[in-house]
Amino acid sequence: MSIKETKIATDIVSYLKEHENKQLLRFITCGSVDDGKSTLIGRLLYDSKMIFEDQLSAIKQDSKKMGTTDGEFDLALLVDGLQSEREQGITIDVAYRYFTTDKRKFIIADTPGHEQYTRNMATGASTADLAIILIDARHGVQTQTKRHSFIAKLLGIKHIVVAVNKMDLVDFSQEKYNEICKDYKSFAEEVGLTNDITLIPLSALNGDNVVNLSDQSPWYKGETLMHILETIKIDQDRDLAHFRMPVQYVNRPNLDFRGFCGTIASGIIEVGDAITVLPSGKSSTVKEIVTYDGNLDYAYVQQAITLTTNDEIDISRGDIIVKSDEQPDQASSLDVDIVWMSEEPLIKGKQYFIKRASTQTVGTIDHFYYKTDVNTLEESTTNVLELNEIGRAKLDLEQSIAFDAYEHNKAMGSFILIDRITNNTVGAGMIRNKSEDQSKKESEYSDFEIEMNALVRKHFPHWESKVIS
Amino acid sequence: MTKTEPISTERLTHLRQLEAESIHIMREVIAEFDNPVMMYSVGKDSAVMLHLALKAFAPAKLPFPLLHVDTTWKFKEMIAFRDKRAKEEGFELLVHTNPEGLAQNVGPFTHGSAVHTDIMKTQALKQALNKYEFDAVFGGARRDEEKSRAKERIYSFRDKNHRWDPKNQRPELWNVYNARVHKGESIRVFPISNWTELDVWQYIYLEDIPIVPLYFAAQRPVVEYEGTKIMVDDDRMPKALRDKAKLEMVRFRTLGCYPLTGAVESTATTLPEIIQEMLLTKTSEREGRVIDKDSSGSMEKKKIEGYF
Repeated sequence: MSIKETKIATDIVSYLKEHENKQLLRFITCGSVDDGKSTLIGRLLYDSKMIFEDQLSAIKQDSKKMGTTDGEFDLALLVDGLQSEREQGITIDVAYRYFTTDKRKFIIADTPGHEQYTRNMATGASTADLAIILIDARHGVQTQTKRHSFIAKLLGIKHIVVAVNKMDLVDFSQEKYNEICKDYKSFAEEVGLTNDITLIPLSALNGDNVVNLSDQSPWYKGETLMHILETIKIDQDRDLAHFRMPVQYVNRPNLDFRGFCGTIASGIIEVGDAITVLPSGKSSTVKEIVTYDGNLDYAYVQQAITLTTNDEIDISRGDIIVKSDEQPDQASSLDVDIVWMSEEPLIKGKQYFIKRASTQTVGTIDHFYYKTDVNTLEESTTNVLELNEIGRAKLDLEQSIAFDAYEHNKAMGSFILIDRITNNTVGAGMIRNKSEDQSKKESEYSDFEIEMNALVRKHFPHWESKVIS
Repeated sequence: MTKTEPISTERLTHLRQLEAESIHIMREVIAEFDNPVMMYSVGKDSAVMLHLALKAFAPAKLPFPLLHVDTTWKFKEMIAFRDKRAKEEGFELLVHTNPEGLAQNVGPFTHGSAVHTDIMKTQALKQALNKYEFDAVFGGARRDEEKSRAKERIYSFRDKNHRWDPKNQRPELWNVYNARVHKGESIRVFPISNWTELDVWQYIYLEDIPIVPLYFAAQRPVVEYEGTKIMVDDDRMPKALRDKAKLEMVRFRTLGCYPLTGAVESTATTLPEIIQEMLLTKTSEREGRVIDKDSSGSMEKKKIEGYF
């Protein structure tokens, strides 16, 4: 029995107490079909004892049936999900896996490395704190390594671990490993990967340097992969300075209570703080921070709360509550990076629904600045974005929104594009900055029309009048 | 300050973070859909879902009804617990049973688990969804439960026939959810997708959430049936089987129709003991459910057909 199991068996109550105070780390694994990515995930799950005997016996049977590892039991089968793709022998979508250790709970977004699935990696990367990028030690830094690193940077992942896998197949050659490190670092410098980068030599198949340091690589002086995952500091990734709360829902159970519900995107809010509601610009102060468990004196980033205000001001879904003394910029034309996810290309001038946090509006692409080839990272001019292409564009919105640049605030700077006819999610965007040229939106409406519209919406909400600005 | 337990400075623990994310999802759905409902299976995951919903909309009562698809073969204790909770929390409870199935006396002993599940569960659910025309249906499924669930979205899109297409799911990024559906289409929403079985139990313990007593070990009359140990809950069990029943100290790791739910031998009578047992045993949660035993990928097939 391990130390952990003994503790569980003898003192479960204090074990539970310790485990109430774990942090959550989300990471993404990127590799191509043969880099051993599924094997690595299987190894992490297996070594952290997240696999049950019934699952194990199912896998042993499957290993024989699939014949991928000559009858030996195939860790990859633990994670290769759906029946249809198992038959094809490749993973085709983002799958989420869970494991826990004494220090942290982990959520893995497992994404395929296949070329046409850029959109899946972007999806997995959108919520990740960290990316593990796999390199096959026999082949070194490849095109897909660069592609994965580029997307990780684009989606704002702050920590990168480069796992140089299959070291067993190059006899744990230090020379080979150093060469790969050098290649990767020079690539990282070239594309301006400012991320926190760690490299590790490992063999997922045999478990070298995954959970335990391997005696095959005595020259490696770093930590194991698991140690890095358990200890890497993610606290400073959060912004406690700039309070932003997108309003999701107005809770009005009776005439005496009007609460504004939302998840705090960044910062801290205290009872009594002066707040401003954007885009209206109306101000008040925080009366209460209401939760089911009682009122709070203050609340901070990631908490889902309900605020009440001391003045009756008009606040609705899609508004952003900020502190009055520190307000974000507002604009209706934004420079954005877009990852296109639909077979139908993104074209200029076509209207899409834009959903950013709880704000929904309509937007069109005015023009593209460039698109980036994810393989060569070369930029070129374009008039459309095809499936899995990434480009920078000027986005014109129907209304002005309060925003932060994506790199400073993911919730305030990210959006999805929705096709107005099919209702499909067709793209994902990251706001980089306010466009220099805001002229297009220099109002189609007169001041009188805007006031009239506000008046109509206030007194005749059942007309469902659209918002003009 | 009440319960927020910052670890260092202003950092949520993993359970508080999961809680906040689930509340966020529930609020999004209520803000954007016209006619939402929450599936209520009376099990532990439903207990957590209900608790999270109460938190999301406090001080208001739940702004949507709960729907229980009653196959008539649920444990009696589950039904009693369900009605008690509805009274305590004052939520609207809808109960639906497939009338044709009821008329033909469909049940697991006479028709087998596959037919029973299809008629009394899958078809019954579709009937209820068509009857009430819900456009968003909360479910308590978790991605760690079963392999085919690992790729399920939080907002899982269903066509007019409630079918799920694993090859044609909408991309889902950050916590920005696409709530647009055409008339007749709907979404299933899984707010506790990212919770594991351990998270659910720890949360029940931390928050002191009421659960059906069947989860705790007690002396119960059980009998071997198709490779699992099932409990004698009423006279509809064939007499020959009932006569073989013996009292044993058992509990249930999942709850469903009593003839399809395997009991496990256990002495765990408290939450910490249940968690302890869970951490030290080596079989996964769904082992006790007869429905999964056919072949790997069987849950995927059922889901495509409209099973939750």
